[in-house]
Amino acid sequence: MSTTTSKASVGRGGQKGQKPNPVAWLDERTGLAALSKKQLRKVFPDHWSFMLGEIALWSFVILLLTGVFLSLWFKPSMTEVEYLGSYANLRGLHMSEAYASTLEISFDVRGGLLMRQMHHWSANLFIASMMIHMLRVFFTGAFRKPREINWLIGLGLLQLGIIEGFAGYSLPDDLLSGIGLRIAEGIMLSIPVVGTYITFFVFGGEFPGDDFIPRLYTVHVLLIPGILVALISAHMLLLVYHKHTQWPGPGRTNNNVVGYPLMPVYMAKAGGFFFIVFGVTALMGGLMQINPIWLYGPYNPSQVTADSQPDWYMGWLDGGLRIMPAWETTAFGFTLSWNVFVPAVVLMGLLFTVLAVYPFIERWITGDTREHHLLDRPRNQPTRTAFGVAGMTAFGVLWIAAGNDVIGPMFNLSIYAITWFCRIGLFVLPVLAFIITRRWCLSLQRHDREVLLHGYETGVIVRSPEGAYSEIHAPINPVSAYNLTTHERRSPLELPPREDANGVRAPQPGKERVRARLSRFWYGDDVDKPTAEELEEAHHHAAEHGQLDGGRHVGIETGGHVGGDDFDLEQAPNR
Amino acid sequence: MSPDKFHDPDFERHKAGKDNPEDYGHDLDRAPDSDPDAEPIPNPGLPEHTPRPTDVDERLERRAERQVAMLFLAAGLLSVLFCVAYFVFEPGIEGETFVGMGASNASLGLTLGLAMLLIGIGAIQWARKLMGDHELIEYRHGAPSSAEDREEALAAFRAGSRESGFGRRKLIRNSMLGSLALLGLPAVVLLRDLGPLPGRKLEHTVWKRGVRVVNDVTALPLRPEDLRIGQLVNAEPASFFEHEGPDGETVPAEYEGTELIIEKGKAAVIVVRMSPEEITPVSGRENWGIDGIVCYSKICTHVGCPISLWEQQTRLLLCPCHQSTFDLTDGARVTFGPAARALPQLPLMVDEEGYIVAMSDFEEPVGPSYWERG
Repeated sequence: MSTTTSKASVGRGGQKGQKPNPVAWLDERTGLAALSKKQLRKVFPDHWSFMLGEIALWSFVILLLTGVFLSLWFKPSMTEVEYLGSYANLRGLHMSEAYASTLEISFDVRGGLLMRQMHHWSANLFIASMMIHMLRVFFTGAFRKPREINWLIGLGLLQLGIIEGFAGYSLPDDLLSGIGLRIAEGIMLSIPVVGTYITFFVFGGEFPGDDFIPRLYTVHVLLIPGILVALISAHMLLLVYHKHTQWPGPGRTNNNVVGYPLMPVYMAKAGGFFFIVFGVTALMGGLMQINPIWLYGPYNPSQVTADSQPDWYMGWLDGGLRIMPAWETTAFGFTLSWNVFVPAVVLMGLLFTVLAVYPFIERWITGDTREHHLLDRPRNQPTRTAFGVAGMTAFGVLWIAAGNDVIGPMFNLSIYAITWFCRIGLFVLPVLAFIITRRWCLSLQRHDREVLLHGYETGVIVRSPEGAYSEIHAPINPVSAYNLTTHERRSPLELPPREDANGVRAPQPGKERVRARLSRFWYGDDVDKPTAEELEEAHHHAAEHGQLDGGRHVGIETGGHVGGDDFDLEQAPNR
Repeated sequence: MSPDKFHDPDFERHKAGKDNPEDYGHDLDRAPDSDPDAEPIPNPGLPEHTPRPTDVDERLERRAERQVAMLFLAAGLLSVLFCVAYFVFEPGIEGETFVGMGASNASLGLTLGLAMLLIGIGAIQWARKLMGDHELIEYRHGAPSSAEDREEALAAFRAGSRESGFGRRKLIRNSMLGSLALLGLPAVVLLRDLGPLPGRKLEHTVWKRGVRVVNDVTALPLRPEDLRIGQLVNAEPASFFEHEGPDGETVPAEYEGTELIIEKGKAAVIVVRMSPEEITPVSGRENWGIDGIVCYSKICTHVGCPISLWEQQTRLLLCPCHQSTFDLTDGARVTFGPAARALPQLPLMVDEEGYIVAMSDFEEPVGPSYWERG
């Protein structure tokens, strides 16, 4: 629809016989054509790992849809009622309306159990996919300029998602979720100075009271989802503005984005993917039981079940609570519970602070202020990758700690031994993971360099007339070879002199020297990709070597040089 | 059918013209494209488009078309089946079952899930087999605005700021900031009625002298002779249940609803009998037990879970939440785990009728630590 037509139709507005034109009608009121002409064919790059964030987005939509359904029957009330519903095992028991209405949804509303289980499964999926998406962004360096703000928004989404999930599984007021709330109360009480007041204000008095479930409900269905919607919108708008990152490859540079257009390909693929995520969630809700609250019974503060476990995404916090030594200080009539405050409040603050500042720290150390739109292979950023794996290891240790009572009997291990393993492991294993990962990345870099210089190992062993055995190496194809050289050549920052030539002290020499040292730690051990000359020499050498070895060997090993059509590696140095 | 049926040169030209880095005219501060001189291998450029079988073979194209349509049709059928299942099966897990699962839930999940899945697969199959698959190139623009834009924005801001006098009229500015800051007070004060002040509520439970210790399930009062050595009973104060009064009359439960739940969360106890020789009495508490029967708070001093795992052989009580372990022979001292304090002990005695009763309330707050606990 061109603008001329729209203008014309303005003039002929109310004329009879004029066919109604919906595009003109809409554009005259919204001016959407200007936006659509650019965005309808917006290009998105293709890679499976770009789908992880999409899973998070679609599971959030499923959460909204199923959540609205549940809210039509759920009664967020702690008023005590006698259960008279259809589940015989609990009939006649006294329980809160919240629990009774959750039983009603599960047993008396057709499709209610399906929606409840889909809601719970998609909540797990939502948080899991956000975490994996975040790991993808971290390990590929997609958080670098200009995407730091989107990294922070994503981090906020993850935190809110975790709180939202905890709020959600606390609402049914069953025995398991009540225990979770009791632990949350214990954590609030451990906050110095104001903890008791916070607890009394949050619960409307002593735990559990009868205010908390209705309050939590408002937070769960209005406050946090509202913020989530706003943040997701900002996340997506920035994504559109920056354009998606892409993997480097033939024709893909830092200045372009190569892929398929939004309409029709991504409308079909991403839209279709919504149905796939929804379908899988519905199958899970139909066939896989989750959170069978009727087996736990109503909340009773004097009861508990063995193997009490929080939902998995809270596990690391619970693990921290389990392995923290029993430290408590009482002085001047006041008590500070390190054993609760440190793992629950300090640890959580620490994790999210480290995640929030990481992009800025890396940027300062590397001194890199440029925009990056090409993704890193994790091996080409050994130090960053090692930090990421160390963090995952710490998370994993805390997670194991949270399952100590399940792992113990399962593997016939002492619960005390597991706890001590985790106490020590929390500090030792991340360091080990860091060292191993970094070395591993460097080895992979070295391997890439080897493959570029000497080709790949064909597995073909030849015996020379003299009786010596050697393996034939063959050049890799030019696209693969190019892909191995797309990362930047980096060198650590130079150690700045303390004084310049005239003897004037540099401003903040200490800071700059620290930075140079860190930068050397960051990049100093990198195995650089070969230069054009090195590559040429290696191939030259291979060719000569081949000639010495005899014809058959040459034919395979130096195929790239002989058959220029297949392998044009040697063209590179000629440029 | 030409392999390039989707290629629209007009559109691509138009697009390239609109989205060329030169059009943005400002310096792009970004990692440079590979410097051809430094790079060992030059960028080979976007590979040639390879047509798909459905691009060149009309028969395959029609087959893919039929496949997609079949997927959509099957999805539609499943939606109808969903409605059938909705009306046919009773909800709940006690009605009909289907391979051990509630028939209603399983059939609804299966039909809805498969319907959705088939729609999704159909759409993606359509995109992969039949929609255009020419990769397009779009040029990036730098994230920042152009230098002129930024300059104009700053100029506009400065003009606005100058005209408002925000920087010049310090009296107005500071009084406005002050008044806005003070708005925080009503916002905070307004929340005051969220709950009562803690006062000393956490320090007391409903236990007092003479309250009978009753089994928390049967509500029957306990006598010392009811307990074997090594037996542990979960108990509560008699005032939580309808119970016998001092003159043999029936007294209704003194607590119900919310109040009952709150008090239960503090007053729940465990009563255990061990042989008196096993027990190391805590000084000052020598007479708090009855012939090897002792009573401790059931609420963990870590974060408040009810402690319920009793290891009869070792006389250890383990919290199922975080594995704090308490030695009941030794004043419920912590032997392992994150809890920092022993479980508070409830002093016991026997009343005239031979039932176990409390001698007093706990002498220290039960449950998790808090700042004012001291």
